[in-house]
Amino acid sequence: MKIRCFITLISIAVPLAANEVKLPDAQALLGLPPVPVPADNPLTLEKARLGRKLFEDRRFSADGTISCAHCHKPERAFQDGLPVSEGISGQKGTRNAPTVINAAYFTTQFWDGRRKTLEAQSKDPFINPIEHGLKDHQPIVDIVRRDQGYQRDFKQAFGIPPSQITIDHVAQAIASFERTVVAGDSPFDRYQFGGDKNALSPSAIRGLAVFRGKGRCVSCHVIESTTALFTDNRFHNLGVGFGRIETRLAEIIPTFRKAKQANQDIDEAILTQAEISELGRFAVTGEVEDIGGFKTSTLRNIALTAPYMHDGSLKTLEEVVDFYDRGGFDNPMLDSGIRPLRLTAEEKADLVSFLKSLTSQRFATTGVQP
Amino acid sequence: MSIDRRTFLKHLGAASAAATLPFSLVEVAWGLGSKPAEHESFTFAYISDSHLTHIKGTRFTSNFDRGLRKAVMEVNLLDPKPDFVIYGGDLAQLGKREELDHGLELLSGLRPPLKWVIGEHDFYLDMGEYWQDKISPLYYSFDHKGVHFVVLNSILTHEAWINQWTTPMERMLNMARLDNPRGSPFMVGERQLRWLREDLAKYDDSIPIVILSHSPLYKIFKPWNFWTDDAEKVQKLLRRFSRVTVLHGHVHQVLYNQIGNITFYAMMATAWPWPYPVSYVQKPNQVPKLTVFMNRADPFHSRDGTGWDILDMDSGAITNHYQLWLNENRTVAFDFKLKHPVDLKFQNPDKRIPPQLHY
Repeated sequence: MKIRCFITLISIAVPLAANEVKLPDAQALLGLPPVPVPADNPLTLEKARLGRKLFEDRRFSADGTISCAHCHKPERAFQDGLPVSEGISGQKGTRNAPTVINAAYFTTQFWDGRRKTLEAQSKDPFINPIEHGLKDHQPIVDIVRRDQGYQRDFKQAFGIPPSQITIDHVAQAIASFERTVVAGDSPFDRYQFGGDKNALSPSAIRGLAVFRGKGRCVSCHVIESTTALFTDNRFHNLGVGFGRIETRLAEIIPTFRKAKQANQDIDEAILTQAEISELGRFAVTGEVEDIGGFKTSTLRNIALTAPYMHDGSLKTLEEVVDFYDRGGFDNPMLDSGIRPLRLTAEEKADLVSFLKSLTSQRFATTGVQP
Repeated sequence: MSIDRRTFLKHLGAASAAATLPFSLVEVAWGLGSKPAEHESFTFAYISDSHLTHIKGTRFTSNFDRGLRKAVMEVNLLDPKPDFVIYGGDLAQLGKREELDHGLELLSGLRPPLKWVIGEHDFYLDMGEYWQDKISPLYYSFDHKGVHFVVLNSILTHEAWINQWTTPMERMLNMARLDNPRGSPFMVGERQLRWLREDLAKYDDSIPIVILSHSPLYKIFKPWNFWTDDAEKVQKLLRRFSRVTVLHGHVHQVLYNQIGNITFYAMMATAWPWPYPVSYVQKPNQVPKLTVFMNRADPFHSRDGTGWDILDMDSGAITNHYQLWLNENRTVAFDFKLKHPVDLKFQNPDKRIPPQLHY
């Protein structure tokens, strides 16, 4: 515990540009569309600053050790560098913590898209038994209503007295903070959208051609004419983790259907039961075609967010490129866009160079450099 | 923020969330004037046109293998389980034993029992010899929960055409080719028609009849053999029955039609989609007008435009749930007021997704 506090203190003592809460400006958004903001939660600096404070508050957990920032560490590109995340009492979940950076652009949240908004997403980990481990949201509401600093912050951000603060205000503030954790402005953006033809190395430029062509990457990790989100916001079966369930699907699926019909908590099941977790998008839609489908990650800042895939099973970008080159892991539900690519060693190296050119200036000094 | 068309469609689809439930829970509540079923309710699945293609040794075209493997896994995970599965023909690409054996191996994982219909790609290498030996008779009938099913071999043709080739493979390749000036139309043939008349003679007019054939038992487009030459003779034998449905493969697309008392459904292929022929024939023709096109497929995803079918008879007539991979599923049901099948969503012109009409 002391070590963890020490690290946190260091990161506060040495404030990074990445850690400042500021509304995104045009330069930071180079290569990105405007940040989507819901009509019922306008983005203000006051709300985002409050959100940052809530994001880092460890009191919102059963044993006072876990904040959002525990797995989404601002000083590590808003992820934790672990294959799968750890919650209270060191309990391991089933999935790799995705970075918060640019999560605002996803049309669904979580690897399986089970929440549509950042607001809805932000409330789930608090009450998941292996994340923050609270029984319900009441302890959070109690703390922010009592805490004088929060009383002032909520008054500023929402114009409401402590008695009117609800968990939804907490969620709106956290989501607002996350909408400030956005960044384009990578060497690729300066090359592609900023007119700087020297921003990319020759290897990265060749890698971009592989990305668009032989590598077939761009069909899911989308680059459009004026912006690039590097995601199609869809769900694909790549075979990652599928071997863990394939032979037992005929038992797992009916069990899951029964549990869902009985209204059991899906969020909890997904993070505590490895086999349910591997069902991916199916757990949300119930459509057999979605078995083993997981959301297309953005590739922005990908060099900072190892390990990779929904279960953190690939350690380096080189491993990821090799994995796609082989055509994923064969299984009957494999996405039909996935096939062996037969890339040369140079093409693979160029592709990795290109992926490393997607690091935003704002976060270049954070994260894990694999 | 820009949103791609498919995502947009998926959001539209969220409104029909019922489609994500186990299919038996989907109630047909669209003013179809459905009449109560006169037989026990049941479901069955239909997989077709896998075109497994042998390369050499133990190698097969993986794209086509994948379609069949995916269908098998999905059918096995259905809830409730279908009573049986129909395989609609063209398991093989060139009728080779390697291809048929490979198909049997992939289909051996299927849990429900299988009923087989032969396609021309299974037939014209050895004239159905291996199929009859290892897989199934070419035509037969069976009863299931108050419904009479008849399997026909609708891809026969003239003896003279069959006997004109130097090698069996030459014959197979000529039958497999579209727009082939040396091609020959499919037919059921007199011997089978006599058998069909006798088979049906045992049944009262009121029993629901389901005919299973590979080619459509009506005439769409002769150059591609979307056609059965003696279809009218089959239709005539079926005329006295009050409820007749023909389920066929071969055309690899969503198609349905009503001719007199007979409802026709084309079933999906697992291999690839065909366009509707009228879409690029540039001269006047007699092809039936297509009113609801298939929704556009994305060529990046080789499974888009393919799929399989779940069928139920809960309404008293067949309801066809097209399982369309990477696309929006479609349900086509018989409308008892209009007396023909309708798409429960896309019959409405405003809901349709424009097809690709240029290539």
